[in-house]
Amino acid sequence: MTELAWGAEAWSEVRASLDRCIKCTVCETACPVAAVTELFPGPKTVGPQAERFRTGGHSPDLSVDYCSGCGICSRVCPQGVRIAELNSRARSELKRERGVPLRDQLVARPGLLGRFGRPVAPLFNRAMANSLVRWAGERTIGIHRRAPVPRSTTRTFSHWVGHHAGTKSARRVVYFHGCSTQWYEPHVGQKVTAILEHNGYQVIIPKQDCCGLPLQSNGLFPAARKAVTRLARQLVPDATGDLPVISSSTSCGLMLKREAREILGADSPELRSVSARTYDIFEFLRELHQRGELRTDFKPVPLTVAYHAPCQQQNQLIGKPALEILRLIPGLRLVELDRSCCGIAGTYGVKREKYEIAMRVGKPLFTDIQAEGPDLVACDSETCRWQISAATGATSVHPLEILHRAYGGS
Amino acid sequence: MNTLDTDVLVIGGGSTGAGVAWDSALRGLHVTLVDRQDFATGTSGRFHGLLHSGGRYAVKDPGSARECAAENRILRQVAADCIEDTGGLFVSTPEDDLEYADRFLAAARAAGMEVEEVPVGTALRDEPRLNPKIRRAFRVQDGSIDSWKMVSALLRGAEAHAATVLPYHKVVEVLRHGDRVEGAVMEDQRTGQEVRVHAGCVVNAAGAWSGQVARLAGCEVGVRPGKGVMVAINHRLARAVLNRCHLPSDGDIIVPVRTVSVIGTTDHPVADPDDTECSPEEVHQMIEAGELLVPGFREARALRVWAGSRPLLPKTGGSAGAGDREVSRSHTVLDHGARDGLEGLVTIAGGKFTTLRLMAEDTVDVVVRKLGRGSECRTRTEVLPGSESRHFYWIGNRQQEAETDPPDDPLICECELVSQHDLDTVVARRPTWRLDDIRRALRVGMGPCQGGFCAFRVAGMLHQEGRYGRAEANSALREFVQERWKGVKVISWGAQARQTRLDRWIFEGLYDLEHLPE
Repeated sequence: MTELAWGAEAWSEVRASLDRCIKCTVCETACPVAAVTELFPGPKTVGPQAERFRTGGHSPDLSVDYCSGCGICSRVCPQGVRIAELNSRARSELKRERGVPLRDQLVARPGLLGRFGRPVAPLFNRAMANSLVRWAGERTIGIHRRAPVPRSTTRTFSHWVGHHAGTKSARRVVYFHGCSTQWYEPHVGQKVTAILEHNGYQVIIPKQDCCGLPLQSNGLFPAARKAVTRLARQLVPDATGDLPVISSSTSCGLMLKREAREILGADSPELRSVSARTYDIFEFLRELHQRGELRTDFKPVPLTVAYHAPCQQQNQLIGKPALEILRLIPGLRLVELDRSCCGIAGTYGVKREKYEIAMRVGKPLFTDIQAEGPDLVACDSETCRWQISAATGATSVHPLEILHRAYGGS
Repeated sequence: MNTLDTDVLVIGGGSTGAGVAWDSALRGLHVTLVDRQDFATGTSGRFHGLLHSGGRYAVKDPGSARECAAENRILRQVAADCIEDTGGLFVSTPEDDLEYADRFLAAARAAGMEVEEVPVGTALRDEPRLNPKIRRAFRVQDGSIDSWKMVSALLRGAEAHAATVLPYHKVVEVLRHGDRVEGAVMEDQRTGQEVRVHAGCVVNAAGAWSGQVARLAGCEVGVRPGKGVMVAINHRLARAVLNRCHLPSDGDIIVPVRTVSVIGTTDHPVADPDDTECSPEEVHQMIEAGELLVPGFREARALRVWAGSRPLLPKTGGSAGAGDREVSRSHTVLDHGARDGLEGLVTIAGGKFTTLRLMAEDTVDVVVRKLGRGSECRTRTEVLPGSESRHFYWIGNRQQEAETDPPDDPLICECELVSQHDLDTVVARRPTWRLDDIRRALRVGMGPCQGGFCAFRVAGMLHQEGRYGRAEANSALREFVQERWKGVKVISWGAQARQTRLDRWIFEGLYDLEHLPE
């Protein structure tokens, strides 16, 4: 009876969207998960169809848990049914009733793992590379022994920020770096800062915590709502102003742009404010370029780079701005990988029971990458990069690292 | 011609007739039940699905309210599998008189209903779509009842006690010997064959059609069909039954039944109970009325519209009264021996689905007296087949079952989650003539696509299994699609219009339905 008490307005819009389903099956043909496993009956079945059976106070279906949350169904639906959002809600109801396993509680909190791993990063990384440790991890908590895990770092991004002089400018942006930059890939944040500063911006980097996305995708809605509301306060403390908020993590950016309100039903003045001015880093750079303000003092980058646009970036409905910007770089041979999903979907593919499914989902992408044999694979999403590297052995980078190199960075 | 001998011949296979058959069979009488169509195709299969708490009649018709309250309690015990325990709310909208609410509460208590006033905030928390401007709210024991499941359970129960049930058997002659009715002749609508049934007593349980049956016997029953229009909305807008707390009028109930919400209803006297046409004006009236209980109602997807005919029996004997809501919803057992000097015939008229058990008990009491045989009524405590566990069904049942369907048992009807195995089971259990019979048994074709994706699958499978010849399959499909279209044509706007367009592409573009060989 309580599920509608919060975010009732946003939720009723999502739920009402099931009325638009005409059963055309476009979503089922596009779903990468249903294509590879019978455990997931498909987005039409689990979304608008099953939703009609779900107001009885408890969840009738477990299979919704096999939705990876990639969001492709919602994007391809010609009628505007919010299929992935319906599934996300249904999964959270399921978890609320049946409890969330320890494993999901852990992977839902990247900051916790980051904090734990940081002081002992070399040890932690060695342990994570040890097959016996991974075997034990699979047996005890259910994280698949071959699933990609990020490498911990001793120097966090905020540590670097504390020592970074920065530049003063009248043109300012707020940088939302996310957990992965903070704990695992501080170099991404450093390069974002350098690129923005190179273009004449002062980069404001407030202290910030998790956006709650992994909590959301593991069905932990109350904790996720708390997290995103807190983050919004940290990013735009007074809910006023009009500084752009730049995100270099596509899924976390989407959380701020849309999902916090549409899926979680979170709402606050700060969140509304931050939602309206969050930009994906390349979306922002593309706007600069369209205004003739992007610096194009590029050095040639004589590499073959294969670019994969991750699902959560595609779900922002902004096209592929990274491709448009990277195309400006001389000497760069850019290959667009035209595949839908790498399979990982945040934390989905690390779970023991879902790892094989995720690998099958990503197979067409992996095959293309291996056939192309590029110097680097570029992808805007951290978890997708880790998955691609683990599955193909290729080196994967954030596309802004290529841009950074073109600007003369190392 | 086949000839059968029976104790009780029940004419009419709706809730009333099925109830009479069950009651008689339990009393040790041999019963034969006939219907001109499939079972529950008349009023019973065309109502909103409300299991009344009695609240609707509390102020105006206390006798009916008392009956509903008592029968509601009994049905929950004996027919749990046919009932969803949704609960109900009576709410005072801004257009309702607050003084009525006080009268309602007092009358409801007097009728023996379980009723409690709940704070408006609580009602709105439980029902987030409810009009936030309501001023009072009362919780009652309304529920929703699946009429097809109920009628089917009653008939299965009767059959288990040696009853014979004959669908598609239309009465063409009532057999009379002087002042005595001795049975009837039926024509099988599928084969044209006649069946003669000799009965110790004939029960006219034809509801809104009972006037027609009585005329065949040479007497009059002043039943007046009252047409009520209902609209089903694509999904549930409320968890509980929502009622306006005011004197009963049109469009003041929203019932969550199965996957849909049904708003009802209107009340217009009609000459012919088969007149179930729904006008755009009536549909508009229902949808506007829904807006008062659930703001945004008119934006929700209307799935289907239909009408049913109440079997109203004015106490005055059938003359046109003020308005049909003035007519009591209670039932009357007419003993034609005492009334018309015609022995061997009993008519049960009036009443409502919720009181079907009581109607049957009162009827069979008269039958037993006439036959001089038969034991005490047992239906108060005898549990119906399927309800042995005494668990109510809940909306999620089918979804939960579909989860465990083996992968080689594909869904035939995606909207209502009917698998190939479900279809095979039903078809094996009883002969199927029309696809609509399968719809009533399984809800095939009742979801958002209204048969667009399942109708051709079902027809094709029945053909493949040899139950339909080619021509039969084609005409059954055409008939079913036409029947579905009847309920959609007046609500073809928005999402349902897009659905209709896609369905037409499938039927006309892919299957060339109109030119399939006969």
